[in-house]
Amino acid sequence: MTNSKKAKRFQFWINVVLILITLSIVLPFVLVFISSLTDENTLIRNGYSFFPEKFSFYAYSYIIRQGEKILRAYGITVFVTIVGTAANIAMSALLAYPLSVKKLPYRRAITFFVFFTMLFNGGLVPTYLMYVNYLHIKNTIWALIVPGFLLSANNVLMIRSYFNTSIPDALFEAAKIDGAGHMKIFTSITLPLGKPILVTMGLFSALGYWNDWTNGLYYLSGNEGQKLYSIQNLLNQMITDIQYLASGKVTGNIGAEVAKLPTTSIRMAIAFIAMLPLFIIYPFLQKYFAEGITLGAVKG
Amino acid sequence: MKKAEVKKGKKKNVLKEYWPLYLMMLPALLYLLINNYIPMAGMVIAFKKLNFAKGIWASPWAGLKNFKFLFASKDAWIITRNTLLYNVAFILVNMVVGIAIAILITEVRNTKLKKIYQSAILLPFLMSMVILSYIVYALLSAENGLVNNSILPLFHIDPIQWYQKPKYWPAVLIIANCWKGIGYGCLIYIASLIGIDPSFYEAARLDGASKWQEITKITLPSLVPTIITLLLLSIGRIFYSDFGLFYQVPMNSGVLFPTTNVIDTYVYRALIEQGNISMSSAAGVYQSLVGFCVVMLSNWIVRRVDKDQALF
Repeated sequence: MTNSKKAKRFQFWINVVLILITLSIVLPFVLVFISSLTDENTLIRNGYSFFPEKFSFYAYSYIIRQGEKILRAYGITVFVTIVGTAANIAMSALLAYPLSVKKLPYRRAITFFVFFTMLFNGGLVPTYLMYVNYLHIKNTIWALIVPGFLLSANNVLMIRSYFNTSIPDALFEAAKIDGAGHMKIFTSITLPLGKPILVTMGLFSALGYWNDWTNGLYYLSGNEGQKLYSIQNLLNQMITDIQYLASGKVTGNIGAEVAKLPTTSIRMAIAFIAMLPLFIIYPFLQKYFAEGITLGAVKG
Repeated sequence: MKKAEVKKGKKKNVLKEYWPLYLMMLPALLYLLINNYIPMAGMVIAFKKLNFAKGIWASPWAGLKNFKFLFASKDAWIITRNTLLYNVAFILVNMVVGIAIAILITEVRNTKLKKIYQSAILLPFLMSMVILSYIVYALLSAENGLVNNSILPLFHIDPIQWYQKPKYWPAVLIIANCWKGIGYGCLIYIASLIGIDPSFYEAARLDGASKWQEITKITLPSLVPTIITLLLLSIGRIFYSDFGLFYQVPMNSGVLFPTTNVIDTYVYRALIEQGNISMSSAAGVYQSLVGFCVVMLSNWIVRRVDKDQALF
């Protein structure tokens, strides 16, 4: 009797603690959302707040009416995410399958070639100089797709170990006896049976592309580059502008400079629409995210 | 003579049998060659006096001059110290908080609530550093921030110029990093907690063990392999930091550099904002080489302790 009472009390308290933790995670997002719906004057007077005096849809109607720049950036993010993820998955699967064929000559050497990129890298400077001076990637759409994100050695090795451990060898043997070649085995056995891991890794690749702003920061500049800004780059630029103005380095007519900046509520509205797709897909894909993460800790 | 012919024939057969596989790997291997291996070779620029007119290879050698300049500056010490101390703090805080939350969540009996907690905790992991910087800005902005406008007045504290005061940033960055990354570790700990044999707990309960004893005598020891794996992964990266966290979240504010500048942000600023290739490449090579030694060393230590836990 006392034991079950004790257990009940224990349950009560851990739930209280966890609800507080959950709130501390969710409330910042709520703050961004409410701020995007707050009347501009209220915002300037009272700051960002959970309980604004006056609401307004101004920020969203502004984005829809004249947010050409914003919609464009959104389009670029979607494009880069789709193309980049498709290329990433195709290349990863095509590399992982041969590495899973145990009889392949030089398999160990090639695996090491892939694995070594996880241990050592040349760093930003040579990478930057190569992409800019030799591959002339600056201010092109490739700048957002190619550097860094097209292939992850870690993901390739995880896909390979999935192919090795989760697809029964007997299937391959049977296919070989039936006279199937490597291509046939890849398309009719490995790909269909490897779908779970490919979806999971694809999801992480897509997340990487959707959230990336560093490539835009490195490889896009000037008016030409701004046309290719993804939604994250646009957000990044706006926050840099605020900091620039706050630093007091601006001379001349500050009023005009400030007037050019999207207002406080619009900034939060853009941040919110950048998060929105993630909120929408999250409930459906959470399982895959969780699987991908726990897979990462189990080495292959 | 005959033997060689047989060998040759074998080789031909090998190529005949496996060429589709080599062809399949070609795009990805080419990409790794360009994206990863050419920049590795490009690290020589740190030892050169770069002259763009002559090109990278024809530029005259500078020996270790670039490194001498780098280590003569005060920055070299500051960025090394910041990178290491922040990483140590991140590793410790995220481990303790992650394990604590993971244990709490697995103790919850109500499956619906359990699911909600698990979903919520991973949510910040999905967001970009830019989004995180907006959230921090909404909280800490001097004029519009929630903290200055609504929270500090409750305690009769004057508004604080957060983005001008370096002393607050170690705490801000540790909390922000924990908030964003905690779900990742937590999920891994939960996965290995689920794997613990329930009969251990039943036996402990029969012996009259308290909850606290269950945690310290069964749960934590069972987590040790997972803790070591995660620890090894993060120690291997101890010379690297998340560029976005240190560049974007403090909004590149120059006043804050004493407590926010790390090797990654230093390399970026020296390269892009100052165009100083010799300093930035020297710092980059310094990071790559020491980083590599750290990975090898930590893996070597783990191999000696428990071979199964080693990465390679």
